[in-house]
Amino acid sequence: MANSAHLNYVLRLADDAVIQGQRLSEWCGHGPILEEDIALTNLALDCIGQARALYALAAERAGAGQTEDDFAYFRDEEAFRNHLMVELPKGDFGFTLMRQFLFGAFNWLRMEHLSGQTQDPELAAIATKAVKELRYHVEHARDWVVRLGDGTEESHRRVAESLAALWPYTGELFAPDSIDEWALQAGIGPDLNALHSRWTAIVEAALTEATLDLPSSTGWMQSGGKAGRHSEHLGYLLAEMQSLARKHPGVTW
Amino acid sequence: MSERSTWPLWEVFVRSRQGLSHRHVGSLHAPDAEMAIQNARDVYTRRQEGVSIWVLPASSITASSPADKDCLFEPANDKVYRHPTFYDLPDEVKNM
Amino acid sequence: MNMNERFEAYIASDAKIEPKDWMPDAYRKTLIRQISQHAHSEVVGMLPEGNWVTRAPSLLRKSILLAKVQDEAGHGLYLYSACETLGVSRDDLIADLHSGKAKYSSIFNYPATSWADMGTVGWLVDGAAIMNQVPLCKTSYGPYARAMVRVCKEESFHQRQGFQILLALCNGTEAQKAMAQESLNRWWWPALMMFGPRDEDSQHTEESMRWRIKRFTNDELRQKFVDMTVPQAELLGLTIPDPDLKWNEERGHYDFGEIDWNEFHHVIRGNGPCNRERLEARRKAHEEGAWVRDAASAYAKKHARTDASSTHAA
Repeated sequence: MANSAHLNYVLRLADDAVIQGQRLSEWCGHGPILEEDIALTNLALDCIGQARALYALAAERAGAGQTEDDFAYFRDEEAFRNHLMVELPKGDFGFTLMRQFLFGAFNWLRMEHLSGQTQDPELAAIATKAVKELRYHVEHARDWVVRLGDGTEESHRRVAESLAALWPYTGELFAPDSIDEWALQAGIGPDLNALHSRWTAIVEAALTEATLDLPSSTGWMQSGGKAGRHSEHLGYLLAEMQSLARKHPGVTW
Repeated sequence: MSERSTWPLWEVFVRSRQGLSHRHVGSLHAPDAEMAIQNARDVYTRRQEGVSIWVLPASSITASSPADKDCLFEPANDKVYRHPTFYDLPDEVKNM
Repeated sequence: MNMNERFEAYIASDAKIEPKDWMPDAYRKTLIRQISQHAHSEVVGMLPEGNWVTRAPSLLRKSILLAKVQDEAGHGLYLYSACETLGVSRDDLIADLHSGKAKYSSIFNYPATSWADMGTVGWLVDGAAIMNQVPLCKTSYGPYARAMVRVCKEESFHQRQGFQILLALCNGTEAQKAMAQESLNRWWWPALMMFGPRDEDSQHTEESMRWRIKRFTNDELRQKFVDMTVPQAELLGLTIPDPDLKWNEERGHYDFGEIDWNEFHHVIRGNGPCNRERLEARRKAHEEGAWVRDAASAYAKKHARTDASSTHAA
């Protein structure tokens, strides 16, 4: 079972979740209004919960006695395989919610597929729980994208800028690499092409409602996260996240 | 939009489980009904407190006035015959 | 009996006051001051702990801390809502916080510099808060009492998780244990200050006790807190930084040293180590959120539903 592509596939899902959770948790105490502070923290909690379940599965399969925290706290940035989009700094509220929408919709569709496949039942069980959470994330983020897009002049401008800044990072979500190919062949992972068209339909409908233009999909797309080539931002994120744990390796907290 | 835009206040009612009625649990601010539902979910059901939520604008509630408490509610005090305990029946009558 | 006398008699009978009931202005003002101060404390209190969310040393601890700080946002929200039933808007309350007019618990003006502080804050600060709060579940003002019931119910895990953090540290390496002791050294006295000035120096106590807005005096609660905490510190193997602390057989209570009231008053007056940055963080969040709140309001105005709600209430 400790096939390395398989293990990497699970770790990749976990890395996406933990980095999202870390970025979202930066909002804790700093949201635009208390109600939304609570909402963003809920999203963060869901992501970290997903990461824990996925890391625990990876740990069990790696079979080297690791724990979920070994993966989160004791790997360096090049070992992280999250998509670049999730590691970008949190930006303003509109940026965070736009990312949550764009990435969340992808992640939701991906998890929905994983919950339905039968080749990896343990992964399916984790995905089944995640799908419910992600559906809510997408709904909440979509509602905000629409309100910000179709709100004031300022909010429209800001969220349009966020969309433009995030868009080059959407390509990586749907560009399959060897691990995605392996997962597809193994009957575990989704066909990213098919996912792309469903995703585009969801995004297009929301952006239209938000009075925002769907950016062109032929522009240059950033990539590298899935291969461990990251932006400068991930190093800082991990330095912060891992600092305390690394100061005291091997202890119980 | 330079004036402070205040989100309206919503009253939140939660059905804690199927079979029970919705109960008032508190209030919150939200820009519209849809967001009010989402915020109510996040604020008031973090510990599995509910299976269904109602929200309504606080401004849409009409409340009876405390000044009318006497005339509204006291007249019921002497209608004791509405309560089953009013009726003294012989002990032989069972199951009533 | 005039209105005031009737009110006093009503309160003395332990009956509850509800929002639309008549109440003396001073009662309303005292409530607004106390409830809003409490709400502000919850919201400002998110900051020192929020400061460690991104550095929590395990994913489980991160989740617990996030859930706890989130609860504090919730508590702030319940309390602001209770306050709003007294005819004051949350915006006004927040404006008073940001202008420095309203107070919040001074404890949050101390820095959380180590992970052990997440334990100590839960153990001592939440412990002290619970002592203050449990009696408030029976306070005379209905919406406040109901908010407090909810707060206390949710708060019950906060102190426990804090103690558990310290327990893990104290059972851990030398470095971990030293971290715990260093943290207790910093937080002990500020925690005792949380109960407020000595009874003879408290300006609001007598009236608040009569109105059942407050149910125990500052000194009573402080003593109770010390009595409860000392054995817990012993269990952790930590030393409370007070050479005068000792059991008094005669009183059946612990004697303890004198609080540095000079520091107490300075921190209240805004000279604590973090007063400025706490308020600045709150102001910044509020100001940077303005465009978001405006946008949602504008959207709601544009799309105001003329039809009845989409799903019928049932």
